[in-house]
Amino acid sequence: MNAVVEAVRAVEETPWVMPTLDYKLLAPILIILGAGVVSVLFEALLPRAARRPAQLVLVFVSLVAALVSIIALQGSRSLSGRGALVVDGPGLIMQGTIVIIAILGAMLMAERGLDPSGDAFAARASALPGSEDERQFTARGYFQTEIWPFFLFAVGGMLLFPVANDLLMMFVALEVMSLPLYLLTGMARRRRLLSQEAALKYFVLGAFSSAFFLYGAALLYGYTGTISFPGIAAAVSSTTGQTGLLLVAVALLGAGLLFKIGAAPFHQWTPDVYQGAPTPLTGFMAAAVKIAAFGALLRLFYVALGGMRWDWAPMLWVVAILTMLIGSVIALTQSDIKRMIAYSSIAQAGFILVGVVAATPAGLAGALFYLIAYAFTTIGIFAIIMMVRDENGEATHLSKWAGLGRRSPFVATIFAVFMLSLAGIPLTSGFIGKFSVFTAAIAADDTWLVIVAVIASLIAAFFYLRVVVLMFFTEATDETAEVAVPSVFTTVALAAGATVTVLLGIYPQPLLDLIINAGVFVR
Amino acid sequence: MNVYTPILVLGLLAFGFAVFSAVIAPITGPKRYNRAKVDAYECGIEPTLQPIGGGRFPVKYYLTAMLFIVFDIEIVFLYPWAVAFDRMAVFGLIEMVLFIVTVLVVYAYVWRRRGLEWD
Repeated sequence: MNAVVEAVRAVEETPWVMPTLDYKLLAPILIILGAGVVSVLFEALLPRAARRPAQLVLVFVSLVAALVSIIALQGSRSLSGRGALVVDGPGLIMQGTIVIIAILGAMLMAERGLDPSGDAFAARASALPGSEDERQFTARGYFQTEIWPFFLFAVGGMLLFPVANDLLMMFVALEVMSLPLYLLTGMARRRRLLSQEAALKYFVLGAFSSAFFLYGAALLYGYTGTISFPGIAAAVSSTTGQTGLLLVAVALLGAGLLFKIGAAPFHQWTPDVYQGAPTPLTGFMAAAVKIAAFGALLRLFYVALGGMRWDWAPMLWVVAILTMLIGSVIALTQSDIKRMIAYSSIAQAGFILVGVVAATPAGLAGALFYLIAYAFTTIGIFAIIMMVRDENGEATHLSKWAGLGRRSPFVATIFAVFMLSLAGIPLTSGFIGKFSVFTAAIAADDTWLVIVAVIASLIAAFFYLRVVVLMFFTEATDETAEVAVPSVFTTVALAAGATVTVLLGIYPQPLLDLIINAGVFVR
Repeated sequence: MNVYTPILVLGLLAFGFAVFSAVIAPITGPKRYNRAKVDAYECGIEPTLQPIGGGRFPVKYYLTAMLFIVFDIEIVFLYPWAVAFDRMAVFGLIEMVLFIVTVLVVYAYVWRRRGLEWD
């Protein structure tokens, strides 16, 4: 009993230090999360008809405000909240890209011109698939506007993820980002059962990977006695012998984050979730989650664990090789366009990992450029997948894409450009991305890793080009899908994706300069 | 690379133990079958019959339980604040009010969507 009294007295006598919160540094995150709270209030208080316009205004105004505040922060390098958050050049570039991708993603989610019965989300997510209830809700034109608060909270978590500077903040960001996405995955309007199955798989496996992350965080705290990244870096560099606990902690933390970027052997959820989730959400998720999770992975491995690069590099070599080869090879056998793009995204994650393993400023810059190029291409790809339809909704089977280039040459040409960009053909953003990542890896003496990456790129080029051949050099049949005419929302998102893909391929220098000038992470 | 050897050995030990347990149990364990043994969960309670293909079940209890957890967590955070209230002064008060407001927003949502009505 005495010990307890002593402990309480000790706590009471410790002086309380007021945390310094620089609200300007936190502004982008606070704007988005605040808008999320207001968005929930809109759902609670507004009449049904007023919800969608109010939510759309709120979403776009808050995203633009967040983008403006990120641009205003340009050049700042400082810590906030007692070092729990850090605002630096790479972090701001990732935040800025996430917000722009979120604007384009919100446009895809707001699209109502494609599906005759409404948007891509279920009329009532709680209605049993195929039931009379569901038919009634659809017939009466119900819409689920709760997607908007979920979306805003997910974006808030993504903004927090790459700037989190301690293990706890990183875990909170991971969960704030993931939980709304699990729910949104299960809300597709068509093929409800597939969508719900995807949501359940994503949730169960995601919870599992979060547990891995937490276990790793606990072990790393046990080893170093601190959760802050600079503190961990100091403890790791002064360590002698006995690194078993440390290595297990790094492996577990890595597993948690590699799951989110969809790297092998933690990639199994990707095809199911990409296929089952509502297509606009898949586009947003495929682009933005990759940026946020790679941001967190880069900061953890470069800042906190930078001193033990030679210990974690072998682990990431193996993961990168597996990811590139598994993604490229299995994508060859896919007959569904969404699943094919899912495996392609796994392969792309592997290519970005080649830059991560280099652990040099050039590797960081290459990974950042690759992420930005990949994100814009991906959002464009899913905009087109939304538009290619038959009477049952989106025509995702590849056989229905045969001869599309003859029916709708314009849309098919844009899709071909996206495919060439992912394949890494010159004059597209994907080529510059691959080039900068591979040069960084060669400079870091990972030549044989680059050789594997080039082989994987060649395999991947085959299935990207196969789609192009299918669209342009195959006769159209009765099965061939139609390209629906979208509203201004999807048109703008698609145009932005295509423009950036081509522009970064022809004139990448401004973005490369921006990334180089952003420097490295604050340590 | 040899820093990874102990981890590999540990992994092999864990794998070996799992395989050993899974193999030895059916060989040495007694087998006495009855109806309860073939149920999905052998927990002493008869499983409730479900309509084929799913069917619906009320989530009223689930909603109440969720609300309870939300407010329970709120209290968890209020306790340490109450203990250190005097020293955290105005900053602590503002932070706590902000926290309670966000919980209230969720409460307002549940209330407006008739989550508090039992029937």
